[in-house]
Amino acid sequence: MIGMLEDKDRIFTNLYGLRAWRLEGARARGVWNGTAEMLSYSPEWVCDQIKASGLRGRGGAGFATGLKWTFMPKQESERPHYLVVNADESEPGTCKDREIMRGDPHRLIEGCLVASYAIRAHDCFIYIRGEYVREREHLEAALIEARAAKLIGKDNIHGWDCNIRVTHGGGAYICGDEMALLESLEGKKGQPRLKPPFPAGAGVYGCPTTVNNVESIAVAPEILRRGAEWFLGFGRPKNSGTKLMSASGHVNKPCVVEEAMSIPMRQLIDDHFGGVRGGWGNLKAVIPGGSSVRMIPAEEAEVALMDFDDLGARKSGLGTAAMIVMDKDCDIVAAIARLSYFYKHESCGQCTPCREGTGWMWRIMERMVTGEAEPKEIDMLLDVASQVEGHTICGLGDAAAWPIQGLFRHFRPEIEARIANYRTRRANVPGATLIAAE
Amino acid sequence: MPIAKVNGVDVEFENGMTVLQVAELAGEEIPRFCYHERLSIAGNCRMCLVEVKPGPPKPQASCALPAAEGQEIITNSPMVKKAREGVMEFLLINHPLDCPICDQGGECDLQDQSIGYGRDATRYDENKRAVEEKYMGPLIKTVMTRCIQCTRCVRFITEVAGVSEIGLISRGEDVEITTYLDSAVMSELSANVIDLCPVGALTSKPYAFNARPWELTKTESVDVMDALGSAIRIDARGPAVLRVLPRTNDAVNEEWISDKTRYACDGLSRQRLDRPMIRVKGKLQPASWSEAFALVAARIMAAKLERIGAIAGDLQDAESMKATLDLFRSLGVANLDCRQDGVKLGAGPRESWLFNSTLAGIDEADALMIIGANPRLEAPVLNARIRRRWLSGKLLVGVIGERADLGYDYNYLGAGPDAIGQFVKQGAISKQKPAFLIGQGALGRDDGAAVLKLIGEAAKALGVVREGWNGWNVLHTAAARVGGLDMGFIPGQDGLCARDMTAKGALDVLFLLGVDELDLGKTDAFVVYLGTHGDAGAHRADVILPGADYTEKPGLYVNTEGRVQRGERAVFPKGEAKEDWTILRALSEHLGAKLPYDTLDQLRGKLFADHPTFGQIDFAPGSIPAALDLAKLGAKGKVGDAPFASPIKAFHLTNPIARASVTMAECAALTAGLKHAAE
Repeated sequence: MIGMLEDKDRIFTNLYGLRAWRLEGARARGVWNGTAEMLSYSPEWVCDQIKASGLRGRGGAGFATGLKWTFMPKQESERPHYLVVNADESEPGTCKDREIMRGDPHRLIEGCLVASYAIRAHDCFIYIRGEYVREREHLEAALIEARAAKLIGKDNIHGWDCNIRVTHGGGAYICGDEMALLESLEGKKGQPRLKPPFPAGAGVYGCPTTVNNVESIAVAPEILRRGAEWFLGFGRPKNSGTKLMSASGHVNKPCVVEEAMSIPMRQLIDDHFGGVRGGWGNLKAVIPGGSSVRMIPAEEAEVALMDFDDLGARKSGLGTAAMIVMDKDCDIVAAIARLSYFYKHESCGQCTPCREGTGWMWRIMERMVTGEAEPKEIDMLLDVASQVEGHTICGLGDAAAWPIQGLFRHFRPEIEARIANYRTRRANVPGATLIAAE
Repeated sequence: MPIAKVNGVDVEFENGMTVLQVAELAGEEIPRFCYHERLSIAGNCRMCLVEVKPGPPKPQASCALPAAEGQEIITNSPMVKKAREGVMEFLLINHPLDCPICDQGGECDLQDQSIGYGRDATRYDENKRAVEEKYMGPLIKTVMTRCIQCTRCVRFITEVAGVSEIGLISRGEDVEITTYLDSAVMSELSANVIDLCPVGALTSKPYAFNARPWELTKTESVDVMDALGSAIRIDARGPAVLRVLPRTNDAVNEEWISDKTRYACDGLSRQRLDRPMIRVKGKLQPASWSEAFALVAARIMAAKLERIGAIAGDLQDAESMKATLDLFRSLGVANLDCRQDGVKLGAGPRESWLFNSTLAGIDEADALMIIGANPRLEAPVLNARIRRRWLSGKLLVGVIGERADLGYDYNYLGAGPDAIGQFVKQGAISKQKPAFLIGQGALGRDDGAAVLKLIGEAAKALGVVREGWNGWNVLHTAAARVGGLDMGFIPGQDGLCARDMTAKGALDVLFLLGVDELDLGKTDAFVVYLGTHGDAGAHRADVILPGADYTEKPGLYVNTEGRVQRGERAVFPKGEAKEDWTILRALSEHLGAKLPYDTLDQLRGKLFADHPTFGQIDFAPGSIPAALDLAKLGAKGKVGDAPFASPIKAFHLTNPIARASVTMAECAALTAGLKHAAE
């Protein structure tokens, strides 16, 4: 068997677009099967099932989805409830939600209905990333089919009115933050709001709102269909279930695959992604979850498990489980400098540490790449990173600091050597940079 | 009340307070840039980070975090210190540090807080960011490189002023505060962003490079540019008033002032009358005080009593009006008036000409009918208050009169008096605290008395005055008006009103106390002008007695609510000019009708004795249940159908000080240009 997950246990059965994605095809693959029965139970039951399954948010932070749903008010007041699906997947290296929306849009729509029911919402917004044009087309086509078949919408056959709308984002990374997403959804500038109030208290248009990742929503109906026990059967305790994982970078066959949680990282890479370019011994480091976590070096990747707690204990994180694999040919400093540029570029500019800090960190990183930085600047850079981390309104500050911290945690001697090398090649005079430039 | 711990000390606080407010209750100073009590919370500067338990193991923005029972707030831990140092460093890395050439120097939050909470040296070796200058009109000077993007200005302009003329564009390092298309900020409250700006990004253009704050003498006083009596601070150096800043007075102006209040001050040193003058052969010639007094006395003595008149202007303090009133009454003159615009108020009870709900009462009103007024031009600070109440969703606004952009939505009922009748016909309004806001545009017409009767009856029918609530609000435009009416500066038995006094052949001697808004082209009387500026009154005058403006004399002013406030002297009168009441006191001796006071205190004593309301300093009668019979106001008469028009045509040019101001002229030209372009 390749990997740990058998085909029969896969939730996403059309990840690669090899089968029909429209309603008929989706039905053939089990979507919309027994949905009415799920909705015949109470919303509390649905929340309990999701809680029991141990599903943790698939967007990166890993907050328990069922628990999040229970934060919503138990009774509808004059303020309507909203479900917002975060499909603004812009994390570098991550494209798992894209495959869901492309190949299995009905699974997401079914999930929207179930989740809306669980949180007593009649309106659901899917905020989709601006660059995802084909995905939006598929999703909208699927929505039209579902409405025509009375699966969703007003007076549908499931007995829970549920309007689902697709909103197209403008293509800003920051709008993937749930609070910025709500702002953007309301037509404002995508700058994260302050918490509290949390969305469950005052979200979109000031009403109770739950914001979930596409994958979290899309797996919910399957959990109800097959039972929480089934989902709990995969992975280690507190890290249960199956998860879309992917690899990009220096693997032989980069792709997206559904696997059981807690699969060893090495097995995942070897089984599904054709191994590291040049063999496992050529591996230098892996950033396990998109770009916004700290990297782990090869010797830790050897033993790491793909779940929240194991990677968390290694001072990294599962994130979106989209690995960026870097082999020994990779200029790892340049790679992290590029990420720093990304965060500098995508900072919304609202709060001070991120606005000023990301640019500063990027500029130092660029000098680290060439080696012209001062040796003492390494500690200064880490100090600046610590001044950004945890001091910002949203998580972008943390996300900008972590890759740099990960780099220096594991590869500091390499950068020090680079700086030393740069200096030995030049006359030890002040202004060496200027001379070099001429 | 819930209790929280601040640095180990228990503090009781009210529900709904933020961690920052609770920490301040405990006496802890929390540094901040973006947080401002009167603006929405942005939480973006991150300077106010504190440690809060229970909570995540990282510092929290205290300005936005609600305080909770049992919370432990720590403001002096190493974590907090490091967080503050970090944020301070980030704010400074791209700040130009050009304090020696920055006008904010000495009153700069960034300077103060970097001393208190920052590190001693920089670690930033990269190039600093430079930001292009922006044009924000003739009042606001920008040095955008200094900006720390706290967005206070954006929030003020959109929330308080009610226009979206300033915004934050771009993102990340490249964010910029801008007026989008490099257009001037046209709000009447625009210059308040200068006070709000915690750094030197937005500074005062007319005051640029004029003075350092520690060189200035600061005098707390009262504004006279409109009838609100905003609390101001006059900053002067030597004989010159350099700037006017707002003071906090929650009952009146909170902490805003209009651009006119702030920037008309350069008019205080232009076009000034600084020596007595006498018209000889059609030309004004300098003269001595005694020559001027002798001539005035001779002309007054020669004239018959019914051929003498005195009019008080709009910027006068109560003392000068009282001295004028006492002087001419003692002579037996009945032709007295303080209403240049001819409003038909002053006959009934005092409540009939007051803003009875008080300005702060707007925060309670749930319906407001604006009749013949444009509060945005007549009292911009009040308009901001109305807007805030409207924003809260609890105020329904209606307008009869000009259809102007007020910064909030309203139901428009019509342009003229006929709309009042139709409004009443719609029947009683089911509101708890309805209010009328009656402008001088409705009462200053020839049929003003009849209109007043109409409005009074409407107000009675709709229950504007009821138990515990008095919503009869007259909005004056002249700072002196309520004081004048309170002391009865109106025509006596068979006396002429201001307009009649200036008619051809009506009088032999006309005494003008700072009167510049009347048409003096027709009168053929001998005109004595006591005032400050070479404006309309001085142009027509036969004798000029140079007086003191509002920054040059201590004086009492009664605002539109009936609140008596004391202005103080910041500088001395120009040249040979003297305080107004002393001129009148000297003149009285030449007339053989010596006024019974030798000092200002004695004058005030007489004023308080004759009119006790003046003794209640800083007191607005407010909604004391008054026996105000609205139906008895005004007089019967034919009501015309002309639409109501606001008395203010050009906001920046309403009085002689503003008309002498270069800054106001620039603003007026800009506004007029925009109007022209729009038409």
